[in-house]
Amino acid sequence: MHASRVRGTVNGVAVDRDVPNRLTLAEFLRDELGLTGTKVSCELEVCGVCTVLVDGRPVSACTFLAVDIDGADVLTVEGLERDGELHPVQEAFIDEFAFQCGYCTPGFLMMSVALLARNPAPSADEIKEYLDGNICRCTGYRPIVQAVLTAAERLRAGAASGTEEARDAREAREASDAG
Amino acid sequence: MPGDVTGRALPRVDGRDKVTGRARFAVDVAFPGMLHAAVVRSMAAHARIVGVDAAAAAAGPGVVAVVTAGDLGGLFPRFGHIVADHPVLATGKVRYHGEPVALVVAGTKAEAEDAAATVEVAYEDLPAVLTPPEALARGAPLLHDEESERGDETFGEAHSPRSGTNVAHGVDSGWGDVDAALRGAAAVVETEAHFPMLYAYAMEPYAATARWVGGALEVHTGAQHPFMVRDDLARIFRLPASRVRVVSEYIGGGYGSKSYTKVEPLAAVAALLAGGPVKVVLDVEGSILTTRADPARVRVRTGFADDGGILARDVDIEMDGGAYADNGPLVLAKAAARCQGPYRVPALRVRGRTVYTNTAPSSSYRGFGAPQVTLAGELNMDMAAERLGIDPAEIRRLNLVKPGEELLPGKRPIDADLHADLEMVVQALESRGESRPARQGALRGTAFACSASDAGAYPVSTASVRVLADGSAVVSSGSTEMGQGSRTVLTQIAAQELGMEPADVRVVQGDTGTTPYERTTGASRTTTLTGTAVLRACADARDKLAAMLAESLGCSPAEVTVEPGRAVGPDGRVYAYADVVRRFFGAGAGEVVGLGIVRKEGQFAVLPPFWEIGMVGVSLDVDPDTGVATVDHLVTVGDVGFAINPAAVEGQDLGAATQGLGGALYEELLYDGPQLVNANVVDYRVPRMADMPRRIDTLIAQRGDGVGPYGAKGAGEGALNPIGAAVAAAVARATGRWPDRLPLTPERIWRLVHQPDKEGDDG
Repeated sequence: MHASRVRGTVNGVAVDRDVPNRLTLAEFLRDELGLTGTKVSCELEVCGVCTVLVDGRPVSACTFLAVDIDGADVLTVEGLERDGELHPVQEAFIDEFAFQCGYCTPGFLMMSVALLARNPAPSADEIKEYLDGNICRCTGYRPIVQAVLTAAERLRAGAASGTEEARDAREAREASDAG
Repeated sequence: MPGDVTGRALPRVDGRDKVTGRARFAVDVAFPGMLHAAVVRSMAAHARIVGVDAAAAAAGPGVVAVVTAGDLGGLFPRFGHIVADHPVLATGKVRYHGEPVALVVAGTKAEAEDAAATVEVAYEDLPAVLTPPEALARGAPLLHDEESERGDETFGEAHSPRSGTNVAHGVDSGWGDVDAALRGAAAVVETEAHFPMLYAYAMEPYAATARWVGGALEVHTGAQHPFMVRDDLARIFRLPASRVRVVSEYIGGGYGSKSYTKVEPLAAVAALLAGGPVKVVLDVEGSILTTRADPARVRVRTGFADDGGILARDVDIEMDGGAYADNGPLVLAKAAARCQGPYRVPALRVRGRTVYTNTAPSSSYRGFGAPQVTLAGELNMDMAAERLGIDPAEIRRLNLVKPGEELLPGKRPIDADLHADLEMVVQALESRGESRPARQGALRGTAFACSASDAGAYPVSTASVRVLADGSAVVSSGSTEMGQGSRTVLTQIAAQELGMEPADVRVVQGDTGTTPYERTTGASRTTTLTGTAVLRACADARDKLAAMLAESLGCSPAEVTVEPGRAVGPDGRVYAYADVVRRFFGAGAGEVVGLGIVRKEGQFAVLPPFWEIGMVGVSLDVDPDTGVATVDHLVTVGDVGFAINPAAVEGQDLGAATQGLGGALYEELLYDGPQLVNANVVDYRVPRMADMPRRIDTLIAQRGDGVGPYGAKGAGEGALNPIGAAVAAAVARATGRWPDRLPLTPERIWRLVHQPDKEGDDG
């Protein structure tokens, strides 16, 4: 089986190993690194469940090859929490009941983080457009839109007061700019 | 404040697990030395298996075992809780394209899949029947020519396959003299409506991991009803139920599609024959080929008096059950039990058939037959309103049963105020709705629809609560958490009853090895039935605490009172639960175990346990040029008696309504010959965020009229059941034509708009 050397970071941790060329990023994260927070569903890049950020850019880990993260920084749902503190987007999803079964949630969280890095003050319509590639079968979406609005508001308030949320927002923006 | 935790939107107790990726689903389970199995699926719809050549696969890299039906000697290699007609692996013949024929077990999933692709199966084709009319035709080939063992006793005699035919189950029921009543009617309105073949698309595909530990079987899966799966597995392996453990931790969506046994037998036989833990994870196509929902052709003829009062209804139902019975017979039975809608029908005749066809097996889907019959039933009411010149709300007001009135003879009288619910929908549509479309040139249609379904299923629930020596508590229930919020609601009930902070209560669920028996998690039952079992377990724990404190104090239990959160001795002294436990056992240790059971007695003696109400309104715009329908306004009413967690109730209602909008506007599995042509999420389109209605009102009616805790009753299916009918009627008002099938895709709507007028029709 052909393999390639991959060096990069996943959630800030250096990764350096030989990876079979056919391995998807989702398989690499879930089976090789034990990061099972990233889920897989449609395997066709249309449901958004497997979304992770590669250099700040959202990708479908179900079809993105693991060898292509060579030299890149990967962020998964496990990397959102810092020192036991939830990311404001995670907190907003809990507060707004923005999930039920939770299977699509990691993908929505990553896509929302990517959106807020690009656009700190999205309108409801902008949220709907950006997240239209993520499917949720449980909620009917309304609470997810609300959660992103809430998170955006808190991140902006945090940025204004220079708190930890501001750091998160800044880092997310930087990660996005790097991509 | 402790003790004040019901009736408010307590954040979900599974929230942190689910936003951090820590929640463990069936697809995440892993054991040391775990192998992976890939499924070899039938390439024929109906054929004799002449031979299986797996030599190449067996020699493939990493391959540990290839399993076919021939390897299952000594087992009872079939399952099915109503009728055990479903072979673990196709035996002798295949009955649908995509049926599992063999399993390839290898060190990695990729190795298993590579090898599975090399398995050669030789078939000798048999004539196939792909639709109910083909299957019912004279001389049609039979899918099942042997009697199968019956399963579920509660279904028992109601299961009536027609031997020598492809009828998997038949229902002939009703009351009164329908023919006489129809003859005397001022108007007889006939409606035929086709409900599409749907896929629930739980985003987590079917997955199970099995291992054998000391002669006992352990299976981790995403099953809604782990105890039902346990019983199927015990029968397959001829084991006592005590030696089969089925665990469902978190379920990535169910909506009925994870009811009953699916891939667990595949994982279990593979683990047995490969000699190590085996994981089976299907893809979306494999999941669709495992279970889909029943499409139905439903004919409703209703006789009305001049004033719009229903005199009689005659219903004919034909459902496509696919190759195996699974829960199909019960889906038909439920459909038949819901044909009267929420209306007073003096005479009713229902004839229903669910038919074996050479297609993927069908089973439960959110609503259980109600969405299928409500589509035709409610369209029929709207057509009658038009024919008789009566307002659609008025014809419903005239016929809706009143609180306490019997809907089905001998069953629980209706435990809801349907009239008040209807007014909530009508007012919400009127107060916020505009009769003009949002976009110029669009056609506006507004409609509402109602349903009442016998919910809760058969009442068998048990629960335990352990009050620990530190004053916290562990609640155990065999119910499962599939997103509906049961873990949160059960936490709230226990915290209320024990006077504890929710954070001090932990609910563990869904493990046949450790949690008490729960028959099913479906039919919107958990809050009502399991909730009552938890309520009773807490009361039992309080009684035991009273007895313990009395013994410790040397007084009579009657002199002691135990309330939520505290015990009070004869002298008025207050004791924390922790004090009572430690004082009784000594050594600062011990615990109290309270048990609660629910069965068909007391408040649950009369079935159904409760009626689930569906009451929705829809306002939509149709673009006459493209046929695209856009939902402008959605109204749902959750008639739940008491909302233990209002945010969870609204979540259930909006989720169910949205799923219903999918089946109404977009979703349909399509067969072209023997093969499904759209078994993927690109071609099988489900609602997306941009499809959200512009305005959404999720209303909750709380009248304390449920049999569950604090007057609660269930939610989960109600808002889905009538939504297809509401959309169809709204499209009819927008286009001036009555649709006869869902989904109302742009093409179908465009054809309604542009179909040539009938002769003499100037409309």
